[in-house]
Amino acid sequence: MHAARTETPARDFETRARTDARHDRIFHGALKSCALLVLAALLGAALSMLWGGREVLFQHGFHFLTSSSWNPVTDDYGALAPVFGTLVTSLIALVLAVPLSFGIALFLTEIAPVWMRGPVGTAIELLAGIPSIIYGMWGLFIFVPFMARIEPALSSTLGQIPLIGKLFEGPPLGLGILTAGIVLAVMILPFISSVMREVFQTVPKRLKESAYALGSTTREVVWDIVLPYTRSAVIGGIFLGLGRALGETMAVTFVLGNSDNITSSLLMPGTSISSSIANEFNEAVGTHRSALIALGFLLFVVTFIVLLIARLMLRQLARREGN
Amino acid sequence: MNVRFPHKLQLFALATALALGLGTAHATDVTGAGSSFVYPVISKWSAAYAEKTGNHINYQSIGSGGGIAQIKAGTVDFGASDKPLDQATLAKFGLGQFPDVIGGIVPVLNVNGIPAGKLVLDGKTLAGIFLGKITRWNDPGIAALNPGMKLPDQKITVVHRSDGSGTTYNFTHYLSQVSPAWKSRAGVGTAVNWPAGIGGKGNEGVSAYVKQIRNSIGYVEYAYALQNHIGYAMMKNAAGNVVSPNTASFQAAAATADWKHARNFELLITNAPGTRAWPITATSWVIMYKQPRNLEHTRVVMDFFKWAYNHGQADARSLDYVPLPDSLVKQIEQYWQTQYKM
Repeated sequence: MHAARTETPARDFETRARTDARHDRIFHGALKSCALLVLAALLGAALSMLWGGREVLFQHGFHFLTSSSWNPVTDDYGALAPVFGTLVTSLIALVLAVPLSFGIALFLTEIAPVWMRGPVGTAIELLAGIPSIIYGMWGLFIFVPFMARIEPALSSTLGQIPLIGKLFEGPPLGLGILTAGIVLAVMILPFISSVMREVFQTVPKRLKESAYALGSTTREVVWDIVLPYTRSAVIGGIFLGLGRALGETMAVTFVLGNSDNITSSLLMPGTSISSSIANEFNEAVGTHRSALIALGFLLFVVTFIVLLIARLMLRQLARREGN
Repeated sequence: MNVRFPHKLQLFALATALALGLGTAHATDVTGAGSSFVYPVISKWSAAYAEKTGNHINYQSIGSGGGIAQIKAGTVDFGASDKPLDQATLAKFGLGQFPDVIGGIVPVLNVNGIPAGKLVLDGKTLAGIFLGKITRWNDPGIAALNPGMKLPDQKITVVHRSDGSGTTYNFTHYLSQVSPAWKSRAGVGTAVNWPAGIGGKGNEGVSAYVKQIRNSIGYVEYAYALQNHIGYAMMKNAAGNVVSPNTASFQAAAATADWKHARNFELLITNAPGTRAWPITATSWVIMYKQPRNLEHTRVVMDFFKWAYNHGQADARSLDYVPLPDSLVKQIEQYWQTQYKM
């Protein structure tokens, strides 16, 4: 009994160490395969879209990337109009949603009374859970008629300003690039603001309290303490929202007008990559289908470039902070 | 008590199993896929047909293009398309096709000051509007067709389909027949390069846009115009008469179209010659192998459509479809006898 007790621990340690090492290896392998699976799925999706779209992507050199005509009858396809629509609507959405989200998040973390923070925060997260088709229906049946009423006013006021007046010309249809951008802004608002709210909460209390103790105003605390501390996460949140805006399909299809043209006016109808695919894929055969798959590949590339820019911006910021 | 209950349950289960077993003993399940346009009427027909014969018709509404692909691949017993296959394709795959139901496409509009169903248009004017050449409602071309009507001096907004569809195929086919300008600028297709206007997804999308946008004009299936209470226009047909869209004028188009000379029923009945014919009438086709891969299934499909032609007319009318005229049904039955090796 006594001897056994002195012997077992040594053996135990050895076997224990061995099983631990094995378990670690298995765990390591399992985690690695999880990550590799994502990479494989991503690569598989990209390659299969490239393969599916090869007929159009490589047929006439860069014709697909530089042409703005989209003619299923003559099988002549160019991606410029959908790419333009995707980028412009997403840009409008960002321009509107980022300041708003910033305000919401700051109000909820810095200014709002404590009893209000929980319910409003939950409400924002619920907003993120609404399916995009609902936003589309709301956009079509409620927001489009509203826009049709205010668009004449936009044309007669903003439309008269020399340089930006061009953006607000055209018939008051109610639907178009501006409407799509605003609907998208409402859709990505909860994503950006909930990320911002989360990260603003991570700012250490002592930092903020020190600043207040030194006599800073709330604005100064926000600008000089909260924002620099959370900058990279805030940018991450913005790009999360942008990613969603770029790929959004149903809501945009309902309010964008689905017309293959590139115009300087935001009140005119346009088209986007995802809405073109959603609209036409069902009945597309042959080259037409290939062109739509190629569009999907372009969306992939556009999203990748956007993420790349985000990365570069973050690195730039980190370097500047380092100085 | 608690012994009897399970007994009852068992008995019930046995009875159900027996009933189902007997019911399906000689029943055949056939599958079809394609056109979403015919889906409502085929599902209504198949429910009634299953009640009568026990045979089930499973129809998937995946779009005409998908239906053609599926029948070519042989994964379904029949395909349905709003666009006929050409002779070369039919011959290559050994396929045959025949019409199943008629639908009408109507120009719908929402213009203050123009009462519903009163405006008269002709093919040239309609093409001009969709080409973006006629841009105002008080255009002389429209005024000439509507003497005495006070037309508003408002800009026309054109609404077309944004998705590929058989409706667009038939509509553009009509415009191409009556307007050389349309034929060279846009052509015929399930989706075309639209010279003007905005696109709505599906018949419901076009209906919604037309209802919301003042001074707009679009085109939808007749049923959507009725169900959404949108004002439609009358058309001047090939014979020069002004006709309203209704069952009679759609049937007149189908009856007067030149089916006799159309091999394998490859004929679009737009701009039909009849004096009362609605000019933008469309049919939908059933596509099947002439040399059946599964004889029993093919027999059931034919029996189903034969039943539908003869007994499904009320069902079709209740959904605002138009049954085929008798003369055409006779030709189809003849076609079955001569072309299909049963």
